[in-house]
Amino acid sequence: MAMLTQLLNTLLQTLFDLIPIIAIIFGFQIIVLRQKIANLKKIIFGLFYVLVGLVFFLVGLEKALFPLGKLMAAQLTDPAFIYSSLESIPLQLHWADYTWVYLFAAAIGFATTIAEPSLIAVAIKANGVSGGAIGVWGLRIAVAIGVAVGISLGTFRIVTGTPLHYYIIVGYIIVILQTMRAPKMIIPLAYDSGGVTTSTVTVPLVAALGLGLASTVPGRSAIIDGFGLIAFASLFPMISVMGYAQLSEWRYTRSTKKMSEQQSL
Amino acid sequence: MNRQLINIGRTLLDSTRDLLPIIVVIAFFQLVILKQPIPNLNEILIGTLFVVVGLALFIKGLEMALFPIGETIAYAFARKGSTVWLLVFAFSLGFGTTIAEPALIAVSAEAAKVAANAGLIIDSVTSRESYADGLRVTVAVSVGLAILIGVIRIIKGWPLQYLIIGGYIGVVIMTAFAPKEIIGIAYDSGGVTTSTVTVPLVTALGVGLASSIRGRNPMVDGFGLIALASLTPMIFVMAYGMVVH
Repeated sequence: MAMLTQLLNTLLQTLFDLIPIIAIIFGFQIIVLRQKIANLKKIIFGLFYVLVGLVFFLVGLEKALFPLGKLMAAQLTDPAFIYSSLESIPLQLHWADYTWVYLFAAAIGFATTIAEPSLIAVAIKANGVSGGAIGVWGLRIAVAIGVAVGISLGTFRIVTGTPLHYYIIVGYIIVILQTMRAPKMIIPLAYDSGGVTTSTVTVPLVAALGLGLASTVPGRSAIIDGFGLIAFASLFPMISVMGYAQLSEWRYTRSTKKMSEQQSL
Repeated sequence: MNRQLINIGRTLLDSTRDLLPIIVVIAFFQLVILKQPIPNLNEILIGTLFVVVGLALFIKGLEMALFPIGETIAYAFARKGSTVWLLVFAFSLGFGTTIAEPALIAVSAEAAKVAANAGLIIDSVTSRESYADGLRVTVAVSVGLAILIGVIRIIKGWPLQYLIIGGYIGVVIMTAFAPKEIIGIAYDSGGVTTSTVTVPLVTALGVGLASSIRGRNPMVDGFGLIALASLTPMIFVMAYGMVVH
């Protein structure tokens, strides 16, 4: 029964989210473009799938992944777990005591990014537009590695208490340097992947991790440090996606060079 | 019928594979590192099944509806050749998808609470509501402008990096001047705006426009709308904080 009300509530909320979009698109189609919509039946079915799919997806996350993930984030950051091998909790914490937290941050960042529906959408599109040159999985894994590194570094920052803007500014400098060297066609896609990652699945779990950490490490503010992690998660995918393109380009030129050398022999 | 069943089976298999990493990570940390049983196992299994089915349906609907809608509307505008209407559409799409976004409504209510606690606005229901509404409209306008600027960029063929890098320099400068309390919210609002329905639509629109305008490359010119839509809210929310506080 509780499940049913939750499903209905989520249905209403998703519908509320969808209606303005549908109204704008169909409004412009009919009033401005004065055009009949092709394949209307298929599109209506597709929109229905999107609606029902999102509802099940969101309710499932609320039921299964979020409670457990948040509970784990709280337990892993709890000083009682971190110092479980010692008899008492030391007064001075050392950043190396939090190794499991960094590993969990990286693992959960990677895993939630792989399941992010908007990233799947962008990857499918990029694969089609590039004529297969950009693999769906290649892009998704590159973005996921970026999020993993970013969130892990973000938790390290919370533990050590170093200022957020140092990391962000250094990150932007790397992005600018890469932009000058990376293949031109990857740049807009790399920038887009930064915005795509901070979506449905990743944000709640990452925010829980940040809040758990910020409230147990002495001297950290829950508001400032909880938000900081999300900034990391959208900065590092830009670096990893451009890096992925640079690496494939480098390997390609190296292999063609080798081939031409062999041919000239 | 048989082919359809195979099709459904394959989509379900795909979304199971998409979720497998999360299941492995959670199970490993819970059982091996924290050494604890998994609570409410039944509920968690049902929830996971929901997520798998939901993701499969969403991906199906994405290719049946969201991508084609974005593309046909881009082609139709390119054929009609009316830039003004295209820009009106771009702004409305950005504004309309953002103003009703549940995540944004939640964040602006939260932000109003933070602002009231910090004593930046009067702590009453009406002043909190008007603060939250103002924030919501600010973010929606900024996303509308982002899509509008992004569409102009596609038409003109401007390189994206100058806009984005310029924007980030703006963010860094404004961070120095904006009230401390608004900065976290501003950074977060960039991520909130790009919802699961908006991303595929806007991506298909950009790619569709770039492929129907002569001289534009869909890869170089088509992407980038999402990046702009997650940048402008940061600038606008900090500006809102500077004006209101």
